[in-house]
Amino acid sequence: MEVYLLILLVLMILGSLYSLHARDLLSAVISYGIVGFGLVLSFLFLQAPDLAIVQVVVEVITLIIMIAVIKNTSREELPRQTNYKIAINFIIILIFAVVFFYIFNRMTGMLSEFGDHFTRMATPYIEGSGKTGSANLVTGIVFDFRAYDTLGEATVLFTAVIGVLTILRIKGRKKEE
Amino acid sequence: MRGMTIIVRKITQLVAPVIFLYGLYIIVHGHLTPGGGFAGGVIMAGAFILPILANGSILPNLRKEEAGLELMESAAILGFLIIAGLGLLFSGSLIFFSNFLHKGILGKLVSAGFIPIENIVVGVEVCAAMTTIFIALTVFSEEVPK
Repeated sequence: MEVYLLILLVLMILGSLYSLHARDLLSAVISYGIVGFGLVLSFLFLQAPDLAIVQVVVEVITLIIMIAVIKNTSREELPRQTNYKIAINFIIILIFAVVFFYIFNRMTGMLSEFGDHFTRMATPYIEGSGKTGSANLVTGIVFDFRAYDTLGEATVLFTAVIGVLTILRIKGRKKEE
Repeated sequence: MRGMTIIVRKITQLVAPVIFLYGLYIIVHGHLTPGGGFAGGVIMAGAFILPILANGSILPNLRKEEAGLELMESAAILGFLIIAGLGLLFSGSLIFFSNFLHKGILGKLVSAGFIPIENIVVGVEVCAAMTTIFIALTVFSEEVPK
Protein backbone atom coordinates (compact mmCIF):
# COMPACT_ATOMS: atom_id res chain seq x y z
CA MET A 1 0.00 0.00 0.00
CA GLU A 2 2.64 2.51 1.04
CA VAL A 3 4.79 1.41 -1.92
CA TYR A 4 1.98 2.34 -4.33
CA LEU A 5 1.58 5.70 -2.60
CA LEU A 6 5.31 6.36 -2.85
CA ILE A 7 5.31 5.54 -6.58
CA LEU A 8 2.34 7.88 -7.10
CA LEU A 9 4.09 10.61 -5.12
CA VAL A 10 7.25 10.33 -7.25
CA LEU A 11 5.14 10.46 -10.44
CA MET A 12 3.28 13.54 -9.17
CA ILE A 13 6.54 15.32 -8.31
CA LEU A 14 7.96 14.49 -11.75
CA GLY A 15 4.82 15.77 -13.45
CA SER A 16 4.86 19.07 -11.58
CA LEU A 17 8.59 19.53 -12.27
CA TYR A 18 8.02 18.94 -15.99
CA SER A 19 5.08 21.37 -16.06
CA LEU A 20 7.37 24.01 -14.53
CA HIS A 21 10.01 23.65 -17.22
CA ALA A 22 7.93 22.87 -20.33
CA ARG A 23 8.31 25.32 -23.22
CA ASP A 24 4.84 24.56 -24.60
CA LEU A 25 2.09 25.75 -22.24
CA LEU A 26 -0.35 23.09 -23.44
CA SER A 27 1.99 20.26 -22.50
CA ALA A 28 2.63 22.03 -19.18
CA VAL A 29 -1.10 22.00 -18.40
CA ILE A 30 -1.47 18.36 -19.43
CA SER A 31 1.52 17.25 -17.38
CA TYR A 32 0.05 19.16 -14.44
CA GLY A 33 -2.95 16.86 -14.87
CA ILE A 34 -0.69 14.01 -13.71
CA VAL A 35 -0.63 15.64 -10.27
CA GLY A 36 -4.44 15.79 -10.11
CA PHE A 37 -5.05 12.25 -11.26
CA GLY A 38 -2.29 10.94 -9.01
CA LEU A 39 -4.12 12.64 -6.15
CA VAL A 40 -7.33 10.86 -7.23
CA LEU A 41 -5.60 7.48 -7.10
CA SER A 42 -4.06 8.21 -3.70
CA PHE A 43 -7.49 9.22 -2.34
CA LEU A 44 -8.84 5.89 -3.59
CA PHE A 45 -5.96 3.98 -1.97
CA LEU A 46 -6.59 5.84 1.30
CA GLN A 47 -10.30 4.85 1.16
CA ALA A 48 -11.88 8.28 0.59
CA PRO A 49 -14.29 7.80 -2.35
CA ASP A 50 -16.12 11.09 -1.68
CA LEU A 51 -12.95 13.10 -2.16
CA ALA A 52 -11.91 10.96 -5.14
CA ILE A 53 -15.16 11.65 -7.03
CA VAL A 54 -14.91 15.41 -6.44
CA GLN A 55 -11.21 15.46 -7.34
CA VAL A 56 -11.57 13.51 -10.60
CA VAL A 57 -14.45 15.67 -11.84
CA VAL A 58 -12.90 18.99 -10.80
CA GLU A 59 -9.60 17.94 -12.38
CA VAL A 60 -11.27 17.21 -15.73
CA ILE A 61 -13.23 20.49 -15.75
CA THR A 62 -10.16 22.50 -14.71
CA LEU A 63 -8.12 20.91 -17.50
CA ILE A 64 -10.85 21.82 -20.01
CA ILE A 65 -10.99 25.43 -18.76
CA MET A 66 -7.18 25.76 -18.80
CA ILE A 67 -7.00 24.39 -22.35
CA ALA A 68 -9.75 26.83 -23.39
CA VAL A 69 -7.68 29.68 -21.91
CA ILE A 70 -4.54 28.54 -23.75
CA LYS A 71 -6.43 28.19 -27.05
CA ASN A 72 -7.66 31.77 -26.65
CA THR A 73 -4.30 33.30 -25.70
CA SER A 74 -0.88 31.94 -26.58
CA ARG A 75 0.78 28.53 -26.47
CA GLU A 76 4.32 29.74 -26.00
CA GLU A 77 5.83 30.72 -22.73
CA LEU A 78 7.14 34.26 -22.41
CA PRO A 79 10.96 34.52 -22.36
CA ARG A 80 12.15 34.23 -18.81
CA GLN A 81 14.49 36.78 -17.31
CA THR A 82 17.39 35.00 -15.67
CA ASN A 83 18.82 36.36 -12.47
CA TYR A 84 22.55 35.77 -12.07
CA LYS A 85 22.82 36.39 -8.34
CA ILE A 86 23.20 32.67 -7.76
CA ALA A 87 24.89 32.96 -4.38
CA ILE A 88 22.04 34.94 -2.81
CA ASN A 89 19.43 32.58 -4.24
CA PHE A 90 21.37 29.56 -2.99
CA ILE A 91 21.66 30.99 0.52
CA ILE A 92 17.94 31.80 0.62
CA ILE A 93 17.06 28.27 -0.50
CA LEU A 94 19.39 26.77 2.10
CA ILE A 95 17.91 28.85 4.95
CA PHE A 96 14.38 28.02 3.84
CA ALA A 97 15.14 24.29 3.63
CA VAL A 98 16.72 24.19 7.09
CA VAL A 99 13.85 26.12 8.70
CA PHE A 100 11.24 24.04 6.88
CA PHE A 101 12.74 20.70 7.90
CA TYR A 102 13.21 21.81 11.51
CA ILE A 103 9.58 22.97 11.84
CA PHE A 104 8.28 19.91 9.95
CA ASN A 105 10.19 17.61 12.27
CA ARG A 106 8.99 19.44 15.38
CA MET A 107 5.35 19.44 14.25
CA THR A 108 5.04 15.89 12.98
CA GLY A 109 7.20 14.26 15.63
CA MET A 110 4.31 13.90 18.07
CA LEU A 111 1.87 12.36 15.58
CA SER A 112 1.10 8.67 15.55
CA GLU A 113 2.19 6.27 12.79
CA PHE A 114 0.95 6.88 9.27
CA GLY A 115 -2.48 5.27 8.82
CA ASP A 116 -3.41 5.25 12.52
CA HIS A 117 -6.51 7.23 13.32
CA PHE A 118 -6.03 10.33 15.39
CA THR A 119 -9.60 11.54 15.78
CA ARG A 120 -9.97 13.59 18.93
CA MET A 121 -12.21 16.11 17.13
CA ALA A 122 -13.99 13.62 14.88
CA THR A 123 -14.96 11.06 17.52
CA PRO A 124 -18.08 13.00 18.70
CA TYR A 125 -19.11 13.41 15.05
CA ILE A 126 -18.75 9.69 14.34
CA GLU A 127 -20.59 8.72 17.52
CA GLY A 128 -23.38 11.23 16.86
CA SER A 129 -23.78 10.32 13.20
CA GLY A 130 -27.04 8.50 13.91
CA LYS A 131 -28.63 11.81 14.90
CA THR A 132 -28.44 13.21 11.36
CA GLY A 133 -30.35 10.32 9.81
CA SER A 134 -27.93 10.27 6.88
CA ALA A 135 -26.46 6.93 5.84
CA ASN A 136 -23.40 8.64 4.32
CA LEU A 137 -21.33 9.89 7.24
CA VAL A 138 -19.46 12.50 5.18
CA THR A 139 -22.65 14.15 3.92
CA GLY A 140 -24.06 14.05 7.43
CA ILE A 141 -21.05 15.99 8.72
CA VAL A 142 -20.79 18.41 5.77
CA PHE A 143 -24.47 19.36 5.64
CA ASP A 144 -25.47 19.07 9.28
CA PHE A 145 -22.68 19.42 11.85
CA ARG A 146 -20.55 21.62 9.60
CA ALA A 147 -23.26 23.36 7.58
CA TYR A 148 -21.64 26.74 8.23
CA ASP A 149 -18.51 25.54 6.41
CA THR A 150 -20.65 24.45 3.46
CA LEU A 151 -22.32 27.86 3.37
CA GLY A 152 -18.86 29.43 3.31
CA GLU A 153 -17.76 27.17 0.47
CA ALA A 154 -20.85 28.00 -1.58
CA THR A 155 -20.29 31.71 -0.94
CA VAL A 156 -16.65 31.45 -2.03
CA LEU A 157 -17.73 29.79 -5.28
CA PHE A 158 -20.39 32.46 -5.85
CA THR A 159 -17.87 35.24 -5.24
CA ALA A 160 -15.37 33.61 -7.57
CA VAL A 161 -17.92 33.49 -10.39
CA ILE A 162 -18.88 37.13 -9.85
CA GLY A 163 -15.19 38.06 -9.88
CA VAL A 164 -14.56 36.19 -13.15
CA LEU A 165 -17.56 37.81 -14.82
CA THR A 166 -16.59 41.29 -13.61
CA ILE A 167 -12.94 41.10 -14.64
CA LEU A 168 -13.62 39.64 -18.08
CA ARG A 169 -16.42 42.12 -18.78
CA ILE A 170 -14.36 45.22 -17.89
CA LYS A 171 -11.66 44.05 -20.28
CA GLY A 172 -14.21 43.76 -23.07
CA ARG A 173 -15.70 47.18 -22.34
CA LYS A 174 -12.38 49.06 -22.37
CA LYS A 175 -11.66 48.07 -25.96
CA GLU A 176 -15.06 49.37 -27.08
CA GLU A 177 -14.29 52.95 -26.10
CA MET B 1 -14.75 28.73 -30.92
CA ARG B 2 -15.35 26.45 -33.91
CA GLY B 3 -17.27 23.20 -33.73
CA MET B 4 -15.91 19.71 -34.35
CA THR B 5 -16.69 16.95 -36.87
CA ILE B 6 -20.05 15.22 -37.15
CA ILE B 7 -18.74 12.09 -35.37
CA VAL B 8 -17.86 14.05 -32.26
CA ARG B 9 -21.13 15.99 -32.36
CA LYS B 10 -23.25 12.82 -32.68
CA ILE B 11 -21.42 11.01 -29.86
CA THR B 12 -21.76 14.11 -27.67
CA GLN B 13 -25.48 14.16 -28.36
CA LEU B 14 -25.69 10.56 -27.13
CA VAL B 15 -23.37 10.86 -24.14
CA ALA B 16 -24.34 14.24 -22.63
CA PRO B 17 -27.80 13.16 -21.35
CA VAL B 18 -26.27 10.10 -19.68
CA ILE B 19 -23.69 12.28 -17.91
CA PHE B 20 -26.46 14.64 -16.80
CA LEU B 21 -28.46 11.71 -15.42
CA TYR B 22 -25.41 10.39 -13.57
CA GLY B 23 -24.84 13.79 -11.98
CA LEU B 24 -28.48 13.90 -10.93
CA TYR B 25 -28.15 10.43 -9.40
CA ILE B 26 -25.04 11.45 -7.44
CA ILE B 27 -26.82 14.55 -6.10
CA VAL B 28 -30.08 12.83 -5.12
CA HIS B 29 -28.33 9.87 -3.48
CA GLY B 30 -25.83 12.15 -1.74
CA HIS B 31 -26.98 11.17 1.74
CA LEU B 32 -26.77 7.44 0.98
CA THR B 33 -23.69 6.84 -1.19
CA PRO B 34 -20.38 8.69 -1.72
CA GLY B 35 -20.85 11.94 -3.57
CA GLY B 36 -23.22 14.78 -2.87
CA GLY B 37 -23.97 18.27 -4.03
CA PHE B 38 -20.45 19.36 -4.97
CA ALA B 39 -19.43 16.26 -6.94
CA GLY B 40 -22.78 15.85 -8.68
CA GLY B 41 -22.96 19.53 -9.53
CA VAL B 42 -19.59 19.44 -11.27
CA ILE B 43 -20.60 16.30 -13.22
CA MET B 44 -23.78 18.09 -14.37
CA ALA B 45 -21.67 21.09 -15.41
CA GLY B 46 -19.63 18.69 -17.54
CA ALA B 47 -22.84 17.62 -19.28
CA PHE B 48 -23.47 21.28 -20.18
CA ILE B 49 -19.87 22.06 -21.22
CA LEU B 50 -19.52 19.03 -23.55
CA PRO B 51 -22.11 20.19 -26.18
CA ILE B 52 -20.60 23.70 -26.21
CA LEU B 53 -17.15 22.23 -26.93
CA ALA B 54 -18.48 19.92 -29.64
CA ASN B 55 -20.91 22.22 -31.45
CA GLY B 56 -18.87 25.40 -31.21
CA SER B 57 -20.14 28.58 -29.63
CA ILE B 58 -23.19 30.27 -31.12
CA LEU B 59 -22.97 33.65 -29.41
CA PRO B 60 -26.66 34.72 -29.01
CA ASN B 61 -27.62 31.32 -27.57
CA LEU B 62 -24.70 31.35 -25.17
CA ARG B 63 -25.48 34.87 -23.96
CA LYS B 64 -29.05 33.83 -23.22
CA GLU B 65 -27.79 30.73 -21.43
CA GLU B 66 -25.37 32.81 -19.37
CA ALA B 67 -28.12 35.16 -18.17
CA GLY B 68 -30.20 32.15 -17.11
CA LEU B 69 -27.25 30.55 -15.34
CA GLU B 70 -26.51 33.69 -13.32
CA LEU B 71 -30.13 33.80 -12.18
CA MET B 72 -30.03 30.09 -11.30
CA GLU B 73 -26.84 30.47 -9.27
CA SER B 74 -28.09 33.44 -7.28
CA ALA B 75 -31.43 31.75 -6.64
CA ALA B 76 -29.68 28.58 -5.45
CA ILE B 77 -27.45 30.32 -2.91
CA LEU B 78 -30.45 32.33 -1.68
CA GLY B 79 -32.38 29.07 -1.33
CA PHE B 80 -29.55 27.61 0.77
CA LEU B 81 -29.76 30.57 3.12
CA ILE B 82 -33.56 30.36 3.26
CA ILE B 83 -33.42 26.66 4.20
CA ALA B 84 -30.95 27.55 6.96
CA GLY B 85 -33.28 30.30 8.17
CA LEU B 86 -36.31 28.01 8.14
CA GLY B 87 -34.46 25.92 10.72
CA LEU B 88 -34.53 28.98 12.97
CA LEU B 89 -38.28 29.34 12.57
CA PHE B 90 -39.65 25.81 12.72
CA SER B 91 -37.31 23.73 14.86
CA GLY B 92 -38.34 25.22 18.19
CA SER B 93 -34.75 25.79 19.25
CA LEU B 94 -33.05 28.94 17.97
CA ILE B 95 -30.35 27.24 15.92
CA PHE B 96 -29.28 28.27 12.45
CA PHE B 97 -29.11 25.19 10.16
CA SER B 98 -31.11 22.98 12.55
CA ASN B 99 -32.64 19.95 10.87
CA PHE B 100 -36.36 20.67 11.23
CA LEU B 101 -37.83 17.99 8.94
CA HIS B 102 -38.67 14.44 9.94
CA LYS B 103 -35.62 12.14 9.90
CA GLY B 104 -37.30 9.06 8.43
CA ILE B 105 -35.75 5.58 8.23
CA LEU B 106 -31.96 5.31 7.85
CA GLY B 107 -30.99 4.28 4.32
CA LYS B 108 -34.22 5.18 2.51
CA LEU B 109 -34.17 7.68 -0.37
CA VAL B 110 -36.47 10.12 1.45
CA SER B 111 -34.79 10.43 4.82
CA ALA B 112 -32.31 12.54 6.79
CA GLY B 113 -34.56 15.58 7.01
CA PHE B 114 -33.42 18.53 4.91
CA ILE B 115 -30.01 17.11 3.90
CA PRO B 116 -31.28 15.93 0.44
CA ILE B 117 -32.82 19.37 -0.21
CA GLU B 118 -29.55 21.06 0.74
CA ASN B 119 -27.71 18.64 -1.55
CA ILE B 120 -29.93 19.55 -4.49
CA VAL B 121 -29.56 23.30 -3.87
CA VAL B 122 -25.77 23.09 -3.59
CA GLY B 123 -25.67 20.90 -6.72
CA VAL B 124 -27.58 23.51 -8.73
CA GLU B 125 -25.28 26.24 -7.42
CA VAL B 126 -22.05 24.39 -8.28
CA CYS B 127 -23.36 23.37 -11.72
CA ALA B 128 -24.35 26.95 -12.58
CA ALA B 129 -21.06 28.35 -11.27
CA MET B 130 -18.84 25.97 -13.26
CA THR B 131 -20.81 26.43 -16.48
CA THR B 132 -20.85 30.23 -16.06
CA ILE B 133 -17.06 30.36 -15.72
CA PHE B 134 -16.61 28.26 -18.87
CA ILE B 135 -19.15 30.26 -20.88
CA ALA B 136 -17.59 33.54 -19.70
CA LEU B 137 -14.21 32.38 -20.96
CA THR B 138 -15.59 31.45 -24.39
CA VAL B 139 -18.17 34.25 -24.87
CA PHE B 140 -16.26 37.29 -23.69
CA SER B 141 -13.18 36.43 -25.75
CA GLU B 142 -15.23 36.54 -28.98
CA GLU B 143 -17.31 39.51 -27.85
CA VAL B 144 -14.45 42.04 -28.04
CA PRO B 145 -14.91 44.28 -31.12
CA LYS B 146 -12.06 44.90 -33.53
